[in-house]
Amino acid sequence: MVTMVDRVRLLDVETRDQRVWRILSAVADPEIPVLSIVDLGIVRHVRWSTDDEPEIGLTPTYSGCPATDFIRDSVRHALSVNGYPKAHLVEVLSPPWSSTWISEAGRVKLKDYGIAPPNCTTEAVGNPVCPRCEGSANEAVELISEFGSTPCKALYRCCVCLEPFDYFKPF
Amino acid sequence: MSRASVVPVSVDFAQTERFRYVLRLADTSLILGQRLSEWVGHAPALEEDLGVANISLDLIGQARMLLSYAGEIEAAGRDEDQLAYLRDQNDFCNLALVEQPNGDFGCTIVRQVLIDVWQLELLSWFDASTDQRLREIAAKAVKETRYHLRYSSGWLVRLGDGTEESHTRVQTSLNDLWKFTTELFTPDEIDRLAENAGVAPNLNVLRGSWLHRIDEILNEATLTRPDDVPYVWFGKRGEHTEYLGHLLSDMQYLQRAYPGVTW
Ligand SMILES: [Zn+2]
Repeated sequence: MVTMVDRVRLLDVETRDQRVWRILSAVADPEIPVLSIVDLGIVRHVRWSTDDEPEIGLTPTYSGCPATDFIRDSVRHALSVNGYPKAHLVEVLSPPWSSTWISEAGRVKLKDYGIAPPNCTTEAVGNPVCPRCEGSANEAVELISEFGSTPCKALYRCCVCLEPFDYFKPF
Repeated sequence: MSRASVVPVSVDFAQTERFRYVLRLADTSLILGQRLSEWVGHAPALEEDLGVANISLDLIGQARMLLSYAGEIEAAGRDEDQLAYLRDQNDFCNLALVEQPNGDFGCTIVRQVLIDVWQLELLSWFDASTDQRLREIAAKAVKETRYHLRYSSGWLVRLGDGTEESHTRVQTSLNDLWKFTTELFTPDEIDRLAENAGVAPNLNVLRGSWLHRIDEILNEATLTRPDDVPYVWFGKRGEHTEYLGHLLSDMQYLQRAYPGVTW
């Protein structure tokens, strides 16, 4: 069966939703620039008032995240230069952001960047896997600091390769 | 700026009470966040500098959400910045506990444990509040508060069950700060109205779960719970200790000296 989405894909025509999501996918998180805000899971919805007025729902990761204002400005700018100067941004608080919303692609990018992705099977407990040892050093890590360089990260050290690494906390 | 000039007479009773109730929560987070930020660059180790700074950031973030909400309830045109920077000492309604000086790192940790457990219990209760906005803000904040308590209680156990010196110091701080915890569970008319409206919990019940958790932590930290003090400091009613004014003069300096200045 050929669905509407397939047909659009076949015709290589981008819907307005796809276009906006593509623009948003190019907006990087200022603190972890390898992640886009879409990878991070903080774009909650794209709705439309009229064809040139998208409404973007954004949720903060941590309530005190200092990057929140910067991200809003980046989103506004990206949409504006890509034909949506009338885009409207709204803050969505509920349900609260969770690190389980980081996309699979985002988790791979985090690991490649040297940040252990959140361990989502065990909420807030369990040790991260050293992003350099590729998982062979499971459990052989020690916590250096519950809070790292940003609110979302903790600092660990691998007991095998002895390198310190950031851990994106399950949240 | 006097309170009389900014609270419009058209605000009905329920709205006024709700505004005051949310403002108390906001001020408590804001003042504690500001207090903790004094450690930035001065904490005993880099890890603690980061830890305390991150907790401070979370609290100020929570305060922003609550102050924005308070401003909307009041509907007098005051936003989060005006509420934070342009009120005088007597208009602040934070708990007196959070305005107390940081003291040594152990003292800061004692204060943090006392307030983290209170916040955790309260924020968890808000899941059943009739106030939808509070439910949403709390759902976000409660996850952060769990991390705060892990950090603070972990340190309290290490210091309490540490050396003779560290034990004596945190026990002394606990004895000094305990008197400010009476306020957390002594309701006034706003607390009672909030409870009746299903917005807030019964403070006596809250005290039970708070005490249970506190006793567990103190026990593990080999610390002794001090006796309760009948006198109540009512920071939430604007009756503050001498320390708040100094904190505000620091926090509000820029907006007071250069009204309306932006980055
Ligand atoms: Zn390793």
